Amino acid sequence: MEPREFPQIEQQLAPVFERHGREANQLLQILREVQEIFHFIPPAAITCIAAHLGVPRTRVEGVAGFYSFLSLKPVGEYRILFSDNITDQMQGNPELMRYFCHKLWLEPGKVSEDSLLSVDSTSCTGMCDQGPAALVNGWPLTNLDHERLDLIAELIRGRKPVCDWPPRLFEVKDNIRRSGTLLGEPFAPGAAIKATLARGSAATLLEMEASGLRGRGGAGFSVARKWSMCRASPGEQHYMVCNADEGEPGTFKDRVLLNSYADLVCEGMTVGARIIGATKGFLYLRGEYRYLLNKLEQVLARRRAAGLLGRNILGETGFDFDIEIHLGAGAYICGEESALIESLEGKRGRPRNRPPFPVTHGYLDQPTVVDNVETLACAARIAAQGGEWFAAMGTAQSSGSKILSIAGDCARPGIYEYPFGVTLHEILDDCGAEDSYAVQVSGPSGILVSSKEFGRCISFEDLPTAGAFTVFKRGRDLLQIVQNFAHFFAHESCGFCTPCRVGTQLQKKIVDKIANDHGTVSDLEELKQLGHIMQTMSHCGLGHTAPNPVLDMLKKFPDAYQHKLKDLAFEPAFDLDGALETARNITGRDDTWAHLP
Amino acid sequence: MNEKRKIRLATCSLAGCFGCHMSLLDIDEKLFDLLGMIEFDRTPFTDIKHCGPCDIGIVEGGVSNAENVHVLKEFRKHCKVLVAIGACAITGGVPALRNNIDLWDCFQEVYLYEGGLEGNQIPNDPELPLPFDKVYPVYEVVKVDYFLPGCPPSADTIWKFLTDLIEGREPKLDYEMLRYD
Repeated sequence: MEPREFPQIEQQLAPVFERHGREANQLLQILREVQEIFHFIPPAAITCIAAHLGVPRTRVEGVAGFYSFLSLKPVGEYRILFSDNITDQMQGNPELMRYFCHKLWLEPGKVSEDSLLSVDSTSCTGMCDQGPAALVNGWPLTNLDHERLDLIAELIRGRKPVCDWPPRLFEVKDNIRRSGTLLGEPFAPGAAIKATLARGSAATLLEMEASGLRGRGGAGFSVARKWSMCRASPGEQHYMVCNADEGEPGTFKDRVLLNSYADLVCEGMTVGARIIGATKGFLYLRGEYRYLLNKLEQVLARRRAAGLLGRNILGETGFDFDIEIHLGAGAYICGEESALIESLEGKRGRPRNRPPFPVTHGYLDQPTVVDNVETLACAARIAAQGGEWFAAMGTAQSSGSKILSIAGDCARPGIYEYPFGVTLHEILDDCGAEDSYAVQVSGPSGILVSSKEFGRCISFEDLPTAGAFTVFKRGRDLLQIVQNFAHFFAHESCGFCTPCRVGTQLQKKIVDKIANDHGTVSDLEELKQLGHIMQTMSHCGLGHTAPNPVLDMLKKFPDAYQHKLKDLAFEPAFDLDGALETARNITGRDDTWAHLP
Repeated sequence: MNEKRKIRLATCSLAGCFGCHMSLLDIDEKLFDLLGMIEFDRTPFTDIKHCGPCDIGIVEGGVSNAENVHVLKEFRKHCKVLVAIGACAITGGVPALRNNIDLWDCFQEVYLYEGGLEGNQIPNDPELPLPFDKVYPVYEVVKVDYFLPGCPPSADTIWKFLTDLIEGREPKLDYEMLRYD
């Protein structure tokens, strides 16, 4: 393709610059908009942005190269990314993608001759309960089938703008199947803030402590401790951040909370802000949920108008707090809180060294609280209804309820809220899962549970989870599932530390080798050793957890891989004779020496 | 007195630059000590063409063509302990830089385009080793027992490694021997 010229680029970028100002923090937000305008980041735009923000060109290019929704090479005017999460795969996405590419004479990963269209795959888009799913120019397509793809092909051929496509293609349902106190009870906006103001910050913090609320993002850190540490940390500014970078494959509860319970989440942030003394908050929304942006902006505007955000909230002099939404751009690693903060600052999402922790040195090196969407929703309920009420639910060390995103082999995928302590048996019954073989709890970074362990329960004491609950019935190829996860981690490793960057690649290669019938016993040993290195030597949680599915499979599911192994102690990693084929074709040779047994 | 049986050692260079072999020679006067402990089988030093039963085999360089595989498999078959030495054997190293270039583009550039070799045809003599589509690390083709990193590993590192192995100890290299900056 001929390089395109952009003579008007400065004028085209002027409104973007106008919106975002000159702070280098805005780099990622600026790049996102540039991507939306040009369908890639043109070199001329990089020069322009660098000059505007007063940063080196390499800094801009470095950020643009990091996030998978930003592209340094032109992509199609229409860019369709099929979700390659395991549930989307089970629902037939690979076949649908082939069908679609074949129909439009296209190769995945390449741009069509007329620059109109490109098709590729992407990590989980958070639509597992209504897949197979894809994104078109960042907007989610759900329930894909041949009929819908035919329609989409027509729309693209007719060059119809995505905003004019039939709304039914973009319909996203909440699918709330079971609600408890968090999702089920009514909530009047402002109730939690009023209660907090009436009670006072210190007393509300005591309520948080009494509630025993722990972080819902997976790690389970005490919210009261996090907030009080941040409150006690000296700094020019304190920040309250909501982590809505729900990237763990199989998780979609935050999507529903933000769609239908945004007031609860904002209220949790506002209560937190009051307690830690923050005047500014960020909601870091994953790029895949860009479609929620306008709706969320409306919620924020409504709350400002109602005196629930902005200056002197609910008439309390000096209680100023507002929320700004930052969009991610397709990077799983940004769910890690320090990588998220880097991303908020407009940098590559690279996890920081910890300590110092964000509660003392977070956003712009100031004391910062980063909490999961669900945690903040719980916090709002606790502020309104008190800590004891909350602590009465759940188990000794896991108070309250947990929202699960259930998908995979079950009759009723969707959102289920349970008090902590519920067993897997009970959950599987409720969602209509029959003849289940395994459940991936908390996504690929979590725990692969076998049917023998279905008596175990969801709780920090037993099976902690960030929310994903993916069911596999008997007959599913578990090796293929683990292979999908290994590919996911290799793609999402940020590349900063060697154990994870190299480890995830080696892990992917060895699992592929076994799946391709070339594996031997020595490869299993290699996987175990590699897993140990990654768990102990990686820089952050991504590397620590990336070997989990492989190690769980080796330990609990020997049937999944043993029939695939060769009896030999060693097998080459690739097809030796096949790797000579290219040279045979070029030279025209077919003699004995041109082959390998 | 019964003289102790000498350890038999074989070495070869596949897609490498012989730099690791040069580094082995850099042990200088310790070569005499080494020869007191071992005898060479196939190596570039002896010019023996095929490897017989050995205790230790040392392989330099990555796997770039069919002949490399024959040599490597012979080494694996005859050597009790196989060592991959240097960056090329361990990762593919410098020769693997070609992995991002299409093989057909490589051949055209070398044999067909002007300024390339004379004759303007792609050689197809069966005596010439046929190249792989890519350069592969040794461990992807045969089982490797030890990896000795470096480009090349220093003479001291090689000496320490070999003497450990010959004297029946598990080879142990200090941090200093494995740092390169």
